[in-house]
Amino acid sequence: MLQISDLHARYDGKDILTGVSLSIKPGEVHAIMGPNGAGKSTLGYVLSGRPQYEVTSGQVQLAGQDLLALEPEQRVAAGLFLAFQYPVEIPGVSTMNFLRTAVNAVRKARGQAEHDAPSFLRLVREKAKALGISEEMLKRPLNVGFSGGEKKRMETLQMLLLEPKLAVLDETDSGLDIDALKVVAQGVNSLRGSERSLLVITHYQRLLDYIKPDFVHVLSAGRIVKSGGPELALELEAKGYSHVA
Amino acid sequence: MPGADPHTIRTVAALGEARYPHGFETAIESDSAPKGLGEDTIRFISAKKNEPDWLLQWRLSAFKLWQGLREPNWAKLNYTPVDYQDISYYSAPKQKTAPKSLDEVDPELLKTYEKLGIPLSEQKLLAGVAVDAVFDSVSVVTTFREELKKAGVIFCSISEAVREHPELVQKYLGSVVPVADNFFAALNCAVFTDGSFVYVPPGVRCPMELSTYFRINAKNTGQFERTLIIADKGSYVSYLEGCTAPQRDENQLHAAVVELIALEDAEIKYSTVQNWYPGDKDGKGGIYNFVTKRGACRGARSKISWTQVETGSAITWKYPSCILQGEGSVGEFYSVALTTNHQQADTGTKMIHIGKNSRSTIISKGISAGQSQNTYRGLVRVLPRADGAQNYTRCDSLLLGDRCGAHTVPYIESKNPTARLEHEATASKVSDDQLFYCRARGLDEDEAVGLIINGFCREVLQALPMEFAVEAQKLIALSLEGSVG
Repeated sequence: MLQISDLHARYDGKDILTGVSLSIKPGEVHAIMGPNGAGKSTLGYVLSGRPQYEVTSGQVQLAGQDLLALEPEQRVAAGLFLAFQYPVEIPGVSTMNFLRTAVNAVRKARGQAEHDAPSFLRLVREKAKALGISEEMLKRPLNVGFSGGEKKRMETLQMLLLEPKLAVLDETDSGLDIDALKVVAQGVNSLRGSERSLLVITHYQRLLDYIKPDFVHVLSAGRIVKSGGPELALELEAKGYSHVA
Repeated sequence: MPGADPHTIRTVAALGEARYPHGFETAIESDSAPKGLGEDTIRFISAKKNEPDWLLQWRLSAFKLWQGLREPNWAKLNYTPVDYQDISYYSAPKQKTAPKSLDEVDPELLKTYEKLGIPLSEQKLLAGVAVDAVFDSVSVVTTFREELKKAGVIFCSISEAVREHPELVQKYLGSVVPVADNFFAALNCAVFTDGSFVYVPPGVRCPMELSTYFRINAKNTGQFERTLIIADKGSYVSYLEGCTAPQRDENQLHAAVVELIALEDAEIKYSTVQNWYPGDKDGKGGIYNFVTKRGACRGARSKISWTQVETGSAITWKYPSCILQGEGSVGEFYSVALTTNHQQADTGTKMIHIGKNSRSTIISKGISAGQSQNTYRGLVRVLPRADGAQNYTRCDSLLLGDRCGAHTVPYIESKNPTARLEHEATASKVSDDQLFYCRARGLDEDEAVGLIINGFCREVLQALPMEFAVEAQKLIALSLEGSVG
């Protein structure tokens, strides 16, 4: 599904990724763990094409497509989704309006029919309900005044609506209490299937209790220094990053 | 506030020419006055319109006053001076007799409005909206007149009102904007050609939205329209105007005067979507829009609400204002002014509090892109007897790129210590975080900017009648297309 080969990237004149290679097969869940400043969030931004991040060498393929050749919005159409660590506020734009605009833009780019208003409303209500997102919240401007937990639920809702092939979750557990974490994890797990893959970026093992990974990788100083099964996360939790990195 | 990153600056630098789909010209034979302005021109216009002598004399006195006035230069606007002798002051599509119904209107004209998205043919009329279509100097057709007549509402061209309702016109014309109010207003009094007239009788709630669609077509022609709206005691009317013009290399002059009068307990809601040709990406061509709009809240508890979405014109000089004479009267001004490329807008409002407990609200949203300059200029004046007057003003400016300018010039003059006046202002940029977030959800840059800007303008767009709010949103997104990327 996702093939990253020897990826190097710079931000603000500094080399952040220094040769990341990673292969994710359809249906697999991979976790990227690592200390602060290891380049975890940069990896998410580079994959999604954030303009300020410059790829200096390497390749990335998503379902056979050259991801790095695409604009950010084309990557979404190709099946990539990034759940932000810090979702951005869009004042004056109601959440429902934003969701409809985004979903229809992506469906159009994928050659699918756009949703009409009533069918979209039904779809959103059903998925929002499962995530504990109220009708009232859907009417509010996107992310404006949302609590940390509300923002992460909203990221999850967007992920479910955009039906990605590969979702990158950047520190989705940050700012969540345990109840909110369970709800979000449930939402993420509902997306899992033989045709979808997940890349879970996290600092703590806690999230991985709820979203069980198939593989765990340790990112340190811009490259993957160790890979293993779920047990690696527990080992990191017990012994700390300095032990492996 | 996150600053613009180099990528955005680069992409904004590549600012393309905003697309202007209304730039076509209608091939139609017209009847025009020779270029130039003198008493003869005024007599020509007055004769063309079969006007009574009192109006001719009024025009001639305005012309004398105009000759003694100077073009205002206090606005933050920079433009090539207008040669007032190089303009034709009258242009009308040739037609043997005035059309009595839509069937008699030149099909070319109907096609023009169709292309502009304003279908005038009976089958396709916008439900619930009556339209007066003004083409260059004349009103070509007014729809839904019979239905309005049943309600007692008069909606016709001002030329017709001069003939059919002279007592109303004579009573109110020039009563809100005096002849010598300013240079452009005096010019308009001398040479105004057509425009709309509305009278809503006491206690009547106008059964539909009224709208006028102004179109400048002929070359080297100025449009000087005149609109007069009177809401009698306890009545209500919502009125909307839209404007477009063909794409031309020369600047064209548009100098309108709009007067609104609201009597006791009456309410007038006046909305404008101004999309005159703004000139090309190098600042060539475009309309000079020098407009005087003013409303008088004459009666107690009367209300006048101005909503404007200004996206067009090379130069905009416009301050829709309210004179709050009535006790407890209310004035509102909601504005979006969007400038791109080399456009310049100096726009705002005046709220003059005369009556006790009069209240006003000003919400202004300025968006500047390219190398444009966008100025909010507003005056809140409270006179000595306006006990308990209140004003709330908020001016928000949004910048795209770093070569444009946003300026806020509020004047506050209070002569009554009980007045409560609040003013807030913000300036910000479209952040890269917002743009990227939208793109990471599948929107391209243009869609993202359109969405963010429409969010920024929401409070103002919400004040528009619903049918037009959607159009205005599309227009804003279209005007900014290519502003980034």
